[in-house]
Amino acid sequence: MSAPLIAPLIEAAGLSVAYRGEDGAPPLQALRAVSIAAEAGEVVGIVGESGCGKSTLAAALIGLLPGNAVVTAGTVRFRGTDFLALPEAGRRGLRGRHIAMAFQDPMTAFSPVLTIGTQLTDFQHHLAGQGRAARRARAGAMLARVGIADAARVLDHYPHELSGGMRQRAAIAAALLMTPEVLIADEPTTALDVTMEAQIIHLLRELRRDYHGAIIVVTHHLGVVGELCDRVHVLYAGEVVETALVDDLYHRPAHPYTRALIACDPAGLTGVTRPLPTIPGRVPELAPPPPGCAFAPRCTLATARCHIEAPPWVAVGPGQGARCHEARPRGCDPGGTDPKGADANGAIR
Amino acid sequence: MSALYAVRDLSVSLPGQGFLGRLLPGRLLPGAPARIDILQGITLALAAGETFALVGESGSGKTTLARAMLGLVPVSGGSLHFDGVALGSARAFAGLRRSTAMMFQDPVGSLSPRMTVGALLAEPFVIHRRPLPLPGRAGRAAQAAALLDRVGLPARLAARYPHELSGGQARRVCVARAIALDPRLVIADEPTAGLDVSVQGEILNLMTGLGTALGIGFLVITHNLAMVRHIADRIAVLYLGRLVESGPAAAVLARPAHPYTQSLIASEPQPDPRRRRADLAIRGEIPGILRRPAGCAFHGRCPRAEAICRVTEPDLRDLGAGQQAACHFAPGQ
Repeated sequence: MSAPLIAPLIEAAGLSVAYRGEDGAPPLQALRAVSIAAEAGEVVGIVGESGCGKSTLAAALIGLLPGNAVVTAGTVRFRGTDFLALPEAGRRGLRGRHIAMAFQDPMTAFSPVLTIGTQLTDFQHHLAGQGRAARRARAGAMLARVGIADAARVLDHYPHELSGGMRQRAAIAAALLMTPEVLIADEPTTALDVTMEAQIIHLLRELRRDYHGAIIVVTHHLGVVGELCDRVHVLYAGEVVETALVDDLYHRPAHPYTRALIACDPAGLTGVTRPLPTIPGRVPELAPPPPGCAFAPRCTLATARCHIEAPPWVAVGPGQGARCHEARPRGCDPGGTDPKGADANGAIR
Repeated sequence: MSALYAVRDLSVSLPGQGFLGRLLPGRLLPGAPARIDILQGITLALAAGETFALVGESGSGKTTLARAMLGLVPVSGGSLHFDGVALGSARAFAGLRRSTAMMFQDPVGSLSPRMTVGALLAEPFVIHRRPLPLPGRAGRAAQAAALLDRVGLPARLAARYPHELSGGQARRVCVARAIALDPRLVIADEPTAGLDVSVQGEILNLMTGLGTALGIGFLVITHNLAMVRHIADRIAVLYLGRLVESGPAAAVLARPAHPYTQSLIASEPQPDPRRRRADLAIRGEIPGILRRPAGCAFHGRCPRAEAICRVTEPDLRDLGAGQQAACHFAPGQ
């Protein structure tokens, strides 16, 4: 369950990414020593609030970091190959065919002046030995596969003629055209209504069942994580602060930030709660990051040491770890901590 | 009646064809009707100081209803009363806008990029020709500082421009603008869309806190039921421009009577993986307003639909305790 016997399909190890500062400003350290992995057949969630580095991590995994980003340490390996060390041509060979991304904003992921059919056909340009008609038929089949009724007609539509839910499906279909082994879905449901969100969750569940690839879901929505993911990495201020199986993460969170996030989610509160719980304070500046634990200023458990000394990675239990001075291996602390009962030790106002 | 804002049998319809379509009837868009009903037969009443949530998917008419209530969309039938005064003329709506405020959906987009936060906070006073507590520049600065303080922002933010604000800060500035003239009703369109959960809680706490302290009523437009549960006193559910259910929030969310409300609640993703369900999704998509199904508009997606639903449109019926639903199979009184 925990220690993989085979190498993971895709893996970031000790990855640090910085954005160059403008006019001599210090670089913004967007990711610091991030290690995550995804194996075939699993759905891995990357969770965190805005500014925590989720999108930078997604871009790094597919080798699409913007020009002002510098990888200062670490590797991204796909089937053991160091993806970031490859020349651009080599990366292009992997991207799309082996690692694909469904982009966050399906409105801007497509060109507004070409039909969906034209674009989905063009995306298959590196598919050798197939004519345009065959590629178009494949595009139609893929649209049907992601649950678009009347796919043949939708091929002739322009992006603006589709609803948000349909566009999101089309974006996922575009990513799946090359039957990639790794699908990265960046905030796949943010722009959608609850009903469409539920349908996209269903679609991704079906894909996991049918494709046996790895799906990486980047989201700030714990509902999406709870319904969809097997394993979760929680990011805060550019660091992985906790990694756990989804059940352990929700029922026995080890990091105070995870506990606070769960406590804040109104969907998890059963009774009517006023005022709603919040996390006091702000995400810290990352140019440069604070010396100790980045969450310490907002943490109710923080001691003097937390502000000075960077916390170690503590293995809490099978497959679960947290970057916290106060985290202890489970067994020393029998029984789980229920998030609802965590008010006493969680960072919750 | 003691309602702060009463909407009775409101209809909004828009021309189904453009200018040329009306000149050449039936030639340009043969299938298009002369007028499209966006909203029909909407009746609701907001009490002073209460938080009323308007819930539904995109395309259900939530935003159009709010705009009609502020006189921003022409009304084609029914009546609107604010504080007992009928709203019909432009003058009446102008009066209404002095005691109401709107928080638009996109906070950064609704703040002019060329104005500082301080100028944005003084703008309501200029528009409505309200005197500032102190005259001149000093008065504007003092007023901006006071409003920023009320929404929990430091006074130095008055010198910033909207693009320099975070999402949560921009949202707070919108709240400050909304409460600037001591309104009695604030209409908030998706007040937490795009915010992180912890910031979402902060904005909602700010709104409910100000509502209680200043006696402001809120009409919150949203599709986020998890949030509605914690802030709303009453809720109304819209589907394709008609009310399908309304009542006290606690009752509607605990015992939803309309299958649409039931499916909306059931499709909320649960953060607890132990409560993961196999049948999360409601079938299909909301049909376009031009292709409004006959009978009950929801029948194509409804798990309980029977023959009658395809033919007869159900009326909104009283279910007792203030709850109403428009479904042939809603539990009777």
